[in-house]
Amino acid sequence: MFCKDKILTITMGEDMNEHILEMKNISIEFPGVKALNNVDFSVKSGEIHALVGANGAGKSTLMKVLAGANTHYTGDIFVDGEHVEIRSPKDAKKLGIEIVYQEVDVALIPYLSVAENVMFNTLVNGMGKKQLVNWSQIRKSAKEVLDKLHVDVNVNTLASDLTLAQKQMVLIARCVVEKCRFLILDEPTAPLSNSETVELFRVVRELSKENVGVIFISHRLNELYEICQNITVMRDSRNIITLPLTTDLKANTIVEYMLGRKFEEVYEKRVCEIGEPLLVIDNLCENHGKIKNINITVRKGEIVGIAGLVGAGKTELCKTLFGDMPYTGKVTLNGKEIHYKDPASAVKNGFALVPEERRKEGVLISDSVFSNISISAMHKYTNFLSVVNTKKEKEDARRMIADLAIKTPSENQTVSLLSGGNQQKVVVGKWLNSEAEIYIFDEPTKGIDVGAKRDMYQLIERLAAEGKGAIYATCEFNEILSICDRVYVMYDGQIVKELKVSDTDEKELLYYSTGGN
Amino acid sequence: MEQTSNKKKFKPFDFITKWGTILTIIILIIVFTLGNWDSATNSSLFLTSSNIITILRSISITSIIAIGLTYALAVDGMDLSIGACANFADTFIMTMFVWYNLSIGTSIILTLLVCLIVAVINSILIVKLKIPDMVAALSVMFMFQGVSLTYSKGGAITERMMRPDGTQAPGLVPEAFRALGAEPWLIIIMLCVVVFAHFFLTYTKHGRYMYAVGGNPEAAKLSGISVSKYKVLAYFLSAAFAALGGICLAARVGTAQVSAGDAYLMPSVAAAYIGFSVLGAGKANAFGTLIGAVLVGILENGLIMMTVPYYAMNIIKGAVLAIALAMTYATKKRH
Repeated sequence: MFCKDKILTITMGEDMNEHILEMKNISIEFPGVKALNNVDFSVKSGEIHALVGANGAGKSTLMKVLAGANTHYTGDIFVDGEHVEIRSPKDAKKLGIEIVYQEVDVALIPYLSVAENVMFNTLVNGMGKKQLVNWSQIRKSAKEVLDKLHVDVNVNTLASDLTLAQKQMVLIARCVVEKCRFLILDEPTAPLSNSETVELFRVVRELSKENVGVIFISHRLNELYEICQNITVMRDSRNIITLPLTTDLKANTIVEYMLGRKFEEVYEKRVCEIGEPLLVIDNLCENHGKIKNINITVRKGEIVGIAGLVGAGKTELCKTLFGDMPYTGKVTLNGKEIHYKDPASAVKNGFALVPEERRKEGVLISDSVFSNISISAMHKYTNFLSVVNTKKEKEDARRMIADLAIKTPSENQTVSLLSGGNQQKVVVGKWLNSEAEIYIFDEPTKGIDVGAKRDMYQLIERLAAEGKGAIYATCEFNEILSICDRVYVMYDGQIVKELKVSDTDEKELLYYSTGGN
Repeated sequence: MEQTSNKKKFKPFDFITKWGTILTIIILIIVFTLGNWDSATNSSLFLTSSNIITILRSISITSIIAIGLTYALAVDGMDLSIGACANFADTFIMTMFVWYNLSIGTSIILTLLVCLIVAVINSILIVKLKIPDMVAALSVMFMFQGVSLTYSKGGAITERMMRPDGTQAPGLVPEAFRALGAEPWLIIIMLCVVVFAHFFLTYTKHGRYMYAVGGNPEAAKLSGISVSKYKVLAYFLSAAFAALGGICLAARVGTAQVSAGDAYLMPSVAAAYIGFSVLGAGKANAFGTLIGAVLVGILENGLIMMTVPYYAMNIIKGAVLAIALAMTYATKKRH
């Protein structure tokens, strides 16, 4: 049943020899960016090695090289001193390198049982000439592996019925079946609750005892102390330092290594007059617990930042505020308590959301610029029979295009043909047209260039100057420092700190975002 | 300037996808005209006024039902229950006349209202319970095929029919109602339905919203459009027009035969899907649906006249639908 590959004959727990995986001078370039710049990295079997860095530092890129997903790297990789090439996921598997990506659902087949998912590679590649599946064998082997990890999941459960934490366990078990020697966990704890994290750590320790080398990527510095022996910090596509992770090494010091970055350019924020409280959120909870006990105040003319790392719950907060997720709590707008059950009623109340996934959620991608600009304000263009006055629509669209300097040949252009920055301006134009009062921006500068970013800042400032309220959620802390007046820091679905932007810096934001207190 | 010069450049692929359907219709007309040439009178049997009216009549009911489906397709839904709904309307309105001797107005209104039950069930299954539209409407289709049969006790509804209790049905089908199923009224009704749908989908905000929901539900929702409301609306319009189609069918035939309306499902689906590619619209639209119905109608009529056996007809109809779909999706992929 099992493939007779040389490496695969080493079974877990029997191979207690020390192995070492070394990466030397690894560089990789994507069009226009140097994603890795001469990075060195090494991990030994039995070791749990933390890999940290701010967003975009190159952690995932580096790990994708190991996993065979980024194949055009330059530099050398050695296993036990022997030079190897990893040019495909298959190469990585042969060397016993496995990765569990953060998006667990991508790797699982929801219609199949846990047993099939655990034994997936055996089912696909290990069948040889056999046509029939030996179900009892599959279930037995899957159960053995899960038992060895002390994971209590029924092997007959469908993968789609598992919790996120269980899905991770299934994927880790799959890696174990593959006789992995080095396991990469890409931000495994970001979506987990505390008790689930404890369980994950137990399994990771178990693996380490079995002589597996684990590379552990995380944004949560505090938890790394519990589990990792060594830590590597990356910044700006480089490996900055590798240190033993002991209590002598302060979280603050790690944060300093992670930052060090100077601002690309200093943005001079215009000072706006801040007025009365516009939006007061009291004890807002999302019904599935994705965000908890949120208290936020936004005043007229104020730009309020929501800082937090990936997975902290910023997007969930934005969507809940916009009525896209069921919530409990009190929302007061202009001194009046309001309720909304869906985005449609939120829009009626004057809310606007510039969502993170611009192409999927922000614009009607295959529609024209003018119909995108008018879609949330159709009441302005319709008579009592709901007939649309397209002429007026286009007139307003032309004015908006000129006003926001949207680069498009005409208002009839399909939005998909515009650049990312201009698409984002169309989204903002849509809400300006609907005369919203509260503007929620979720990672508005994602995938747009520096010039467009500056335009976006100026737009947001203009909104503030007009007395609107803005919420600016991002994991790019320098943006918060550039544009916001006040900032709430989120961690694990909750607001852990409120800071004035003039009194804080990137280091402090990162400190609180990584669970420091 | 670059843009205009680009537009003027002739692209054979774009031309075919844009004009293919209309071109096919012209080719079919030529083929059938020549294929049905009567050497005795030296004219074609296909292009006689009586045959053209026959074609228009058969197109009418397909178009009306297919227009209903067009709304469902506009929100990226699918309504397979239209045939069963039309069939139920056909049976129901006949019993209104024959069994209960009601007036035309009352019968039509009652029939439309009763048929909206189909929409209610579709909406609950698809919008509320989030069952995939294809299978949900399929189960509703089965349900209402059964409802029609149960209601009519498994038989046809005809004037002076014997009721199960041995009495003769009291009512007659009013002449004025039958006129609705003959030219010119049937054709006028069809044109009104198409014009209304075109107006609704193109010029009202509701049409705009429906296309937005169909094109990108997530973005539509986050723009403040109530996605479920417009999906429900689409299924209601779909059922209402299917019922209207069924009523016209009853008016045209004068009796309600068992499963007569079910036969309109596939031509309607074909017409609405063929309509996607007409003039390069790339989405469900009223004018395209009409053209699709014309194509299906001409094909059917011409094949009958050329004495293609009825059992082989579906092969050709299916093939035409496949080609139309291939053209639609070929354009879609390139975007």
